[in-house]
Amino acid sequence: MFTPVANPTTKPVPAKFGEQDLIRRSASKVTPPAKRQTEVAKLIDVSKCIGCKACQVACLEWNNLTEDVGVNVGVYDNPHDLTENTWTLMRYTEYENAESGNLEWLIRKDGCMHCEDPGCLKACPAPGAIVQYSNGIVDFVHDKCIGCGYCVKGCPFNIPRISKADSKAYKCTLCVDRVAVGQGPACQKACPTQAIVFGTKDEMKQWADHRIKDLKSRGFKNAGLYDPPGVGGTHVMYVLQHADKPQIYASLPNNPTISPIVEIWKGVTKYAGLAAIGAFAAIGFIHHAVAGANRVSEEDEKNAERLTEGRQP
Amino acid sequence: MTNSWTDIKNADLVWIMGGNAAEAHPCGFKWVTEAKAERGAKLMVVDPRFNRSAAMADHYAPIRSGSDIAFLSGVINYLLTNDKIHKEYVRHYTNAAFIVKDEFEFNEGLFSGYDESKRSYDRSTWEYKFGPDGFAVRDMTLQDPRCIFQLMKKHFAQYTPELVERVCGTPKDKFLKVAEWVSTTANGERAMTIMYALGWTQHSHGAQNIRSAAMIQLLCGNIGIPGGGVNALRGHSNVQGITDVGTLTAAIPGYLALPTEQEPTLESHLSKRAFKPLTPNQTSYWQNYRKFYVSFLKTQFGANATKDNEFGYNYLPKLDGIYDCIKMFDLMHQGKTNGLLCQGFNPLMAIPNSNKTREALSKLKFLVSMDPIETDTVRFWENHGEFNNVDPAKIKTEVFMLPVTSWAEEEGSVTNSSRCIQWRWKAADPYFESKTDIEILSDLFVRMRKMYEKDGGKGKEALLAVDWSYKNPLEPSIEELLTELNGKALSDVKDAEGKVIRAAGQRLASFGEMRDDGSTDGCMWIYTGVYGPAGNFAMRRDNSDPSGLGVYGNWGFSWPANRRIQYNRASADPDGKPWSEAKKYMYWNGERWTGPDVPDYVPTIPPDRAVGPFIMNAEGVSRLWVRGLMADGPFPVHMEPFESPVGNLVFPKLKGNPVARVFKNDMEALGNSKDFPIVATTYRLTEHFHFWTKNVHANAVMQPEFFVEMSEQLAKEKGIKNGQRVRVWSKRGEAKGKAVVTKRMTPFKVDGKTVHQVGLPLNFGFIGETKKASPINGLTSAIGDSNSQTPEFKAFLVNVEPIAGPVA
Repeated sequence: MFTPVANPTTKPVPAKFGEQDLIRRSASKVTPPAKRQTEVAKLIDVSKCIGCKACQVACLEWNNLTEDVGVNVGVYDNPHDLTENTWTLMRYTEYENAESGNLEWLIRKDGCMHCEDPGCLKACPAPGAIVQYSNGIVDFVHDKCIGCGYCVKGCPFNIPRISKADSKAYKCTLCVDRVAVGQGPACQKACPTQAIVFGTKDEMKQWADHRIKDLKSRGFKNAGLYDPPGVGGTHVMYVLQHADKPQIYASLPNNPTISPIVEIWKGVTKYAGLAAIGAFAAIGFIHHAVAGANRVSEEDEKNAERLTEGRQP
Repeated sequence: MTNSWTDIKNADLVWIMGGNAAEAHPCGFKWVTEAKAERGAKLMVVDPRFNRSAAMADHYAPIRSGSDIAFLSGVINYLLTNDKIHKEYVRHYTNAAFIVKDEFEFNEGLFSGYDESKRSYDRSTWEYKFGPDGFAVRDMTLQDPRCIFQLMKKHFAQYTPELVERVCGTPKDKFLKVAEWVSTTANGERAMTIMYALGWTQHSHGAQNIRSAAMIQLLCGNIGIPGGGVNALRGHSNVQGITDVGTLTAAIPGYLALPTEQEPTLESHLSKRAFKPLTPNQTSYWQNYRKFYVSFLKTQFGANATKDNEFGYNYLPKLDGIYDCIKMFDLMHQGKTNGLLCQGFNPLMAIPNSNKTREALSKLKFLVSMDPIETDTVRFWENHGEFNNVDPAKIKTEVFMLPVTSWAEEEGSVTNSSRCIQWRWKAADPYFESKTDIEILSDLFVRMRKMYEKDGGKGKEALLAVDWSYKNPLEPSIEELLTELNGKALSDVKDAEGKVIRAAGQRLASFGEMRDDGSTDGCMWIYTGVYGPAGNFAMRRDNSDPSGLGVYGNWGFSWPANRRIQYNRASADPDGKPWSEAKKYMYWNGERWTGPDVPDYVPTIPPDRAVGPFIMNAEGVSRLWVRGLMADGPFPVHMEPFESPVGNLVFPKLKGNPVARVFKNDMEALGNSKDFPIVATTYRLTEHFHFWTKNVHANAVMQPEFFVEMSEQLAKEKGIKNGQRVRVWSKRGEAKGKAVVTKRMTPFKVDGKTVHQVGLPLNFGFIGETKKASPINGLTSAIGDSNSQTPEFKAFLVNVEPIAGPVA
């Protein structure tokens, strides 16, 4: 058994990290802390998940969210997609394993992966609306969010959702408030089978190795860890029975990367744009130097006067 | 459970059949994932659906609902014909060597003694042969043709893998893999646990399903050892406790019997249960029956229970039949019942044939519901369109709702599947004017008693004799009640040498201190010790596990005697040595029985006395053969459900269970396989708890609407699209919901014919936050098991059709 995060004290404790531990801040610069905090991670072992949705309910309860009662559309996935209130969702796939001839019911808990290189943060134009702490947690700061939806485009996992009520973006926070006081995320706490475990990223990788060994002994020769390098690794990782085929797990990307549009927008385009702005400024200066300052003619003054007094010219 | 939840981690093989632990017991299922991850245990699941447990399994085998006995008999046959049994265990710890009377016969599915007109067996020919010494005759070589071992070989020989495939629709290779895996545990070195629930119970032959499983475990030597056992997973947090305290209609607390009309005196009751050893030297706790019974009567009637009045035995009601829930509602339907008090019970949803239930409730003068929530039952009189189509104007029943505190708002104990009694502290104040069950029932009792005192009435003497001397008669304290369950010394209790072992007024430490002379009370012997002189053990929360075997001896209190694995003497061989180092548990250390648990044995009886390890049985051994305790036979027999898509392929003359109780009109309410060709089964979903959580918003979000699970093949045949609304109906009623078309259900080939099955979750009703639905028990039949009367919810016949309209 993985030693679970111990029950916390009932007394208030100071937060273990905060503003001073930011390593990234959207559309702005931060001075990274001298010492990076130990990276944390949540490990989701798909092979141990019974799909009970306790994590989904725990997420709603801890974050004080209310989701609408929907309808059944022929599947166990409820709601049918992530929403501004549903930050984590069990996705069920019936997979016919041609090799073994067995049916497999693959149940993946979907939600924010907390990328080391977060596409949402890169795409975000609102200063400070998305931040990344040095322990790896990527969080949305809602009072700075402008609701543009660029984070949705920037996310390689299609996670953030824009609220219809307040037009702001929402997603899993990795229970940043709980982690800050030494607890694990609510979903991990609620998981009855330890399919979700939480700790340092190194611990999680070691635990994953242990699990992968067990899966390999049961004939899942491609069992492995999902920690995609295309986004610099993630702080939410999966143990998959078929790590060679992530896409069979309800379209988990094979090799997620940040959309080239975001990379171009924030990379080459950004500098090209800055160059263009600089060029226009230079042209303006030259124009001023050559043609002199703009002068207001007498006719202009008269017209302006009539307008302000509400009379037709 | 013979074992405990935490013990499942010691299993090398976990077999889930007749249950869906991952779905219905997700927290307990943790120990299965633990056994798999840390021990390398294998998990196999046998079920009509590829369910959530199957999703975790190393091997899954499909089975047509209702054909479990054929499957399990196939496994028994495999073990016997391939000689893959734990021989020494079978020889010494089961009744395999006992010889059966010459008169016993078995023909075409029926045992000797069958009386068709009474639908019952005369069980006298199922008895052992007795020697001149009065003990049962045995052949320890197991060669005698009339010994149980040889009778078994003969009885099960026809259940070949081919027959299993033909009857159950389980592909032969998938069946054989199950049987092979089982056989790897028949050696004392590896253990298999069997986990089951209502998927085995809710059949007209449910008790025989479970017997078959027990027989397999005995053949493998998997009873009494860590990681073994036949483990019943209870469906509510405290349903073990509620069974213990005597809600069984023919029992008083602690599984003692309620007197019958044939037992007018205490002696006549006790003499029927006098313990007669069937083998030399045998010992049994049942020889204490008299002490337990008298102590119960002392608690019930206090000072009014004296030696001269047979300790108030006369005050107990004498049964003239069985009064289970189905019978109750049948009587109600006949107009013979005035009022019904529903305490935490939603019968309109919970019992079969909802239309009959609704009619029965309409004939009452009054209905009282004690519940924290509004149940569907309490609003049975309200029109909810097609989901509860009644005319309120025509219903005269007066309905009262008494709001009761929920478990989080009161203090007390619950007993889990591991028989572990655990305390729960109050976490929140009750809402508004809601009261505890204890307050409501006490108030009712005190008022009724006053009325009887004043006006008289039938049964007045018994009512007045009840000891109600609580400090506050209107609200007995939880300590007072736990003391009653535990028992105390009324005068000094002495041992054989005359030494006082328990002074007057002290609480008893174990049921060994109970006496039959009225000097002790205690209304439930199995709980004695939970609140002994050292305090309330239900409150213990020490999670240390010194042996590493998941034996948390100082966590709560497991009845009886804080024992975690029952029959644990059988974990050692006849010489008292562990069967293997891997399965070392309780053993003889030269002086006494020791090990991590409390021995299920007299701790000082040495192995050479050859006292059998199953001290609850007069034989001293476990029973592969049952003499008289089962209504439907000493061995299991393949019986089809009362509604089945095929006839009985093994015993064509059998129609259902030949001794199951059938009420008037029950047979007419059965559908045939021509009009209703599809097998249906009901079950609960992990997202919901029975009919309660449909009232909870978050749970309703997780599973919002009733659905019908079906295979792609059936959907195609019927022109049903995934997510489309469908109608499903039986001879008794109908329900409408969404189609969930899934690869997880596949048609069965039964006797060469294609048989479809649908799955119907039971959690939805017309009250609550989920989308309205008709109670699924509108479709089910009231015919049930011949031993327990549990209705056949798990196998019946339906038809299904699409409903025109947009697909969701």
